[in-house]
Amino acid sequence: MHGFTEVLPSTTSLLADLSLLTTPFMINALIAGTLIAMAAGTIGYFVLLRDQAFATHAIAHIGFPGATLAALLFINPIWGLLVACVGGGLAIGAFGHRKGDREVVTGTILAFASGLGILFASIGSRQSGMVTNILFGNILAVSQDQLVIFGVITVIVLIAMVITGRQLMFCSIDPEVAAAKGIPVRALSTIFLICMSLVIAISVTVVGVLLIFALLVTPAATAIKITARPAAVVAIATSISVVSVWAGLIVSTYQPWPPSFIIVTIACTIWAVTPLYTRYRDKRTTPAALPTPAPSPDLV
Amino acid sequence: MTAASSENNVSGLSADIALSMKNVAVERGGRTIWSGADFDVPTGSFTAIIGPNGAGKSTTAGLVLGQIPPSNGTITVLGAPPARGNERIGLVPQNHTLDQAGSIVCRDVVGLGLIGTKWGASIRTRSIAADVDKVLAEVDATRFAYKRFGEVSGGQQQRVTIAQALIINPDMLVLDEPLAGLDLQGQVEIVELVHRINRERGVTVLFVTHDLNPLLAHIDSLIYILDGRPFFGKPDDVVNAGLLTRLYSTPVQVLRTDEGCIFTRTE
Repeated sequence: MHGFTEVLPSTTSLLADLSLLTTPFMINALIAGTLIAMAAGTIGYFVLLRDQAFATHAIAHIGFPGATLAALLFINPIWGLLVACVGGGLAIGAFGHRKGDREVVTGTILAFASGLGILFASIGSRQSGMVTNILFGNILAVSQDQLVIFGVITVIVLIAMVITGRQLMFCSIDPEVAAAKGIPVRALSTIFLICMSLVIAISVTVVGVLLIFALLVTPAATAIKITARPAAVVAIATSISVVSVWAGLIVSTYQPWPPSFIIVTIACTIWAVTPLYTRYRDKRTTPAALPTPAPSPDLV
Repeated sequence: MTAASSENNVSGLSADIALSMKNVAVERGGRTIWSGADFDVPTGSFTAIIGPNGAGKSTTAGLVLGQIPPSNGTITVLGAPPARGNERIGLVPQNHTLDQAGSIVCRDVVGLGLIGTKWGASIRTRSIAADVDKVLAEVDATRFAYKRFGEVSGGQQQRVTIAQALIINPDMLVLDEPLAGLDLQGQVEIVELVHRINRERGVTVLFVTHDLNPLLAHIDSLIYILDGRPFFGKPDDVVNAGLLTRLYSTPVQVLRTDEGCIFTRTE
């Protein structure tokens, strides 16, 4: 047993451990984490606007059999994840149009996918470590090849969101009016689902299938409480994701805890304490602050 | 500027007809919703579209907006065939059921009416700020312009949505059950607002509603769907107990007062 004081690192050993941050696998992890945090922060906002938080959870689960099947076929699991997540996203988009249907359709696909995932994992019996990595994430295992994939996906998704952002927002708030104005509501929805699924697939490598919500949805949900301005929501959500991932990696250099645990804990803690801050802020500003000065509308 | 100044009048119709139906019928899913529509709605009028649930009121709006094709006949809207994305028509939908989408402020919801149809990032946002402020003032929404859309009342949301529809300076305003879910006071306020916009802008208003009462003092014509056929008429001709009883298939009594008239269900 270690004594309690030994759990906290001394200054010297902390510095020594921080040098681990410059090792190649750690640099890979930091870059991967930052790229994914950027994509997740942006997509997360639209996930909330479009009321698809539950779908992110389900699509990650659909990625699970994709990854285990790929491993069974000696393919890099990231490809299985990407294909299964995008396929799952499109399936959810195709079958779950009415809001009432959507939860049941999504949940059913989720359950079936998880069953398949565990089947493929049990066939390839050597895979128990890999299954843990898929379910709970292992950012420290990111390879150079994966880094390239993450970079390409992040750039594609960010460009797509910049181009379609305003129309997506319009469709989310007013689908009826958006359709009447000739906005291609269905096509935009499909583009968004593909982008969302790609981001989910790469985020699984960081926090895993089971913890995806905390990286993709929780930071955006926190940011949306702090500000109503779309660009600011995206910036804050991205910042929370980046801070969580970096902190998770730094702590993991001197603690035996898995980075996923730290990442999820930080994101969830910020989410939990934010209402305390906003309540305090609103109490201070509300009575005197009207009318507000007029900045221009801040739409992405 | 009024809606009457439409010069691209391709069909040869007079500019003082905003909506023309010639022997129009409409089907959905193989079932005829209504047929035999044959009327002209004058430019600048405030016209209610009424009828019981399922009569095809919203379908009528869908025809005007070009979302549903007629199965028979010819429709002319503002001098042209109906088409999706018509920049001369503003649409106000039913109440919103918003979750997180209501997190943006009212002002941004209005701005979306202008830039939400465009691709790309923030360009021109500064130049639209003045337009947004002007239209917010017009619907008396300035005081809650910076509140989140999901946090204002249903009536305030409708003011914002009307502002969003007006920001493109439309020649026609289509409102699809905009009073649903509002209390009596809220209904009256929205109807009075729409009437004022109708007079001041000269914009043609098509107002879909299942409850004619809040509109009676303000409309100058109405389209009523009776036994699968839409008719056009003046309120004085339509608002009588016999016709309304047929229209709603329930006994209706009309009470005339100094302020106008109301009709009620008799027990």
